[in-house]
Amino acid sequence: MSTIVKGLLVPGIPHPLLAPEQNEGWQKLRDGFEAARQELIECGAELILVYSTMWPSVIGHQIQARAEPEWVHVDDVFHDLGSIPYKFKMDTDFAQTLQECSTERGLHARTVDYHGFPIDTGSVVALKLLNPDNTIPACIVSSNVYADRAESVVFGKAARDAIERHGKKTAIVTVMTLSNRLFTEFIDPADDAIHSPKDEEWNQKLLEFLGQGRLEDVAQLSREVHRQIRVKKVVNFKPMWWMSAVMGQNNNYDGCVHAYAPLYGTGGAVISLTPTPSGFGNKEFDEDDVESFSGDRNVVDSGSKTQLEPEDTLPAEPTVHTSSPTIQTDAAPKPVGSYPHARRVGDLLYLSGVGPRQPKTNDIPGGPIRDENGDPREYDIEAQTKAVIENIRVILEASGSSLDQVVDITAFLVDMDRDFAGYNKVYNETFGSIQPTRTTLAIRALPTPIAVEFKVVALPGG
Amino acid sequence: MSEKGRIVAAALAPHPPHLVYAENPPQNEPSAECGWEQLRWGYEKLRRDLADIEFDTIVVLSPHWQTYVGTHFLGVPHFKSLSVDPVFPNLFRFHYEMDVDVDLARMMHDEAADNGLVVKMMENPDFRVDYGTIVSCHLSNPSWDKPIVGISSNRSTSYYSVEVMQEQARELGRITREAIEKSGKRVLLLASNSLSHRHFTTEASVPEDMSHEHIYNHHQYLWDMRVIEMLRSGKTQEVVDIMPEFIEQAVSESDAGSFTWLLSALDYPRFEPEFYAYGTVIGTGNAIFGWYPDSEEGGSPQ
Repeated sequence: MSTIVKGLLVPGIPHPLLAPEQNEGWQKLRDGFEAARQELIECGAELILVYSTMWPSVIGHQIQARAEPEWVHVDDVFHDLGSIPYKFKMDTDFAQTLQECSTERGLHARTVDYHGFPIDTGSVVALKLLNPDNTIPACIVSSNVYADRAESVVFGKAARDAIERHGKKTAIVTVMTLSNRLFTEFIDPADDAIHSPKDEEWNQKLLEFLGQGRLEDVAQLSREVHRQIRVKKVVNFKPMWWMSAVMGQNNNYDGCVHAYAPLYGTGGAVISLTPTPSGFGNKEFDEDDVESFSGDRNVVDSGSKTQLEPEDTLPAEPTVHTSSPTIQTDAAPKPVGSYPHARRVGDLLYLSGVGPRQPKTNDIPGGPIRDENGDPREYDIEAQTKAVIENIRVILEASGSSLDQVVDITAFLVDMDRDFAGYNKVYNETFGSIQPTRTTLAIRALPTPIAVEFKVVALPGG
Repeated sequence: MSEKGRIVAAALAPHPPHLVYAENPPQNEPSAECGWEQLRWGYEKLRRDLADIEFDTIVVLSPHWQTYVGTHFLGVPHFKSLSVDPVFPNLFRFHYEMDVDVDLARMMHDEAADNGLVVKMMENPDFRVDYGTIVSCHLSNPSWDKPIVGISSNRSTSYYSVEVMQEQARELGRITREAIEKSGKRVLLLASNSLSHRHFTTEASVPEDMSHEHIYNHHQYLWDMRVIEMLRSGKTQEVVDIMPEFIEQAVSESDAGSFTWLLSALDYPRFEPEFYAYGTVIGTGNAIFGWYPDSEEGGSPQ
């Protein structure tokens, strides 16, 4: 059972903290923060995990691990509102656990523990107003500028892993505005308003969804939200992806909009989400789920670091899901996208491309072809080819077939000149006597750092 | 002052904190064995040339003081604090102390306001100066014996377009030049930005391990070389003309407006500048150039 007891969305622009008296809406937001603070106390939260859109990172994901960071903060834009002295209390053990869980999911993540590290305005505002006496230890994580949906979701799942491992009642705080278009000229506080009717319409839509506890629905809409009402300061609108992934990717929350008001043109809102078994229910989701990221950042399948499923959570025997025409088996490596291991059509069995990754660990026999920085490294093509054939055998047998039923193979090599001889030697040991038709192609790259992949067609009978 | 002020030198002076880290100055807490020598030696040559020039103030526009409402100017006479890079805190924790030429800053501010730009003076003494300003100023003038004028990067690209940023930066450059002329001061301008700006998102265990350092991709390199060749042949107006495409294609950090601002302040010089170095830092492309309007050819005064 998850120990996540609360989710909060709060704005990071400093006016509710520094100048609530200057505008009625800013005061409403300040009051909303206070209501959220009361909720944190009542739910017994033992840890506050903050994801701030105002802390950009480039080198993977950064996690604040200074035990008691202390500074006098001044905002880059609204410096005339005054200084914000702070001293926070961080849960350094959790920060370390989160770093480890992120690494286990293949992400590049590191803790930061430096005097004077510049904690961003959004995190400072959130912690000053939600946890003014530091009664609840906190942890702050960055928002990587290059991370898109897959990576943001994986980072959210890593946070969920860490929360489960840590075992403390945790509140998730996402620092963000709804629409984020600021006025580009200085305004009289009395004239603050949502920047445009279009921003207001979308904000109302988001308030309706979140008020109904439909967090995953909003996450699924994130790309559209980004197109419609987000100024492109970073690559994408990602906080809902992260937050929903942390909280279990569902719509099962009691939502409460504590406050909504313009913040220098943006849509500021304080919203709480309380997990409930009887929420809005899950609807049809268009976006794929992801366990690991397979973009160009070499964050998946990086050898033994990637352990998506601890050994003790795996079933003792391979589980085969064959209730549909598709075949998936836990005994084969987990797909890196939304596809089955095999699919039967008529009298033929089609396998998706099979590589050498190991089913439980994602290790690559013979080693990956690139290191974690993307640089080429030595590898053993014969070991990789043997592992490919073994994975094919497992999938065929899970489908009620076998290697001697293979009728056609398309083989892909990323380096034909270097690898053909070794691949061909191992191939012949198994398929020389079976004699399927074969085509061997040289291609530029495969999605993971492997050198060889087979596409197989077989007869279904064993 | 009776004498007309002028820009005596200007430099494209990128701010990767790695360069300060590799220099091991006493102000910086971390230490390195080596690294990014091509760029660091390029900065050495820039400093050698600047040593032959008399100037009163350094005016720097940094992409890392990001203001979403208008352009801001440092307006506190003296700063002393610790700067920790939020992205590379392992490399840059720099104890800085600097004087600010508030009079010149205010002249620029007022001139810009009179010309319709949205501007503000930053007068909060607790304000922490951004690391881009610090790195560019330190590498250009490590003795810190000149006051600076710090100008923020108005992120109008985020709200409108690169073209709007260009127009604002051009106008700010013109206003900067006119304010300098009125001030009677001799000024060094610094545009604190890289060229192509796509980073690697992983870091070697030894950050200064140069076997990992190269351009992020060939496409970026081609764009960097195209821009450098144009600058070397004095085609600065043409560089400004292609800036929107450069920013889109190479994720150039000139989206901060700093480079357009500098070329506008120089009134788009046609003379050949001094090209000091090109090198990559965690995948980004960085060039160091110097323009010397008072020298016979416009290049190095030596």
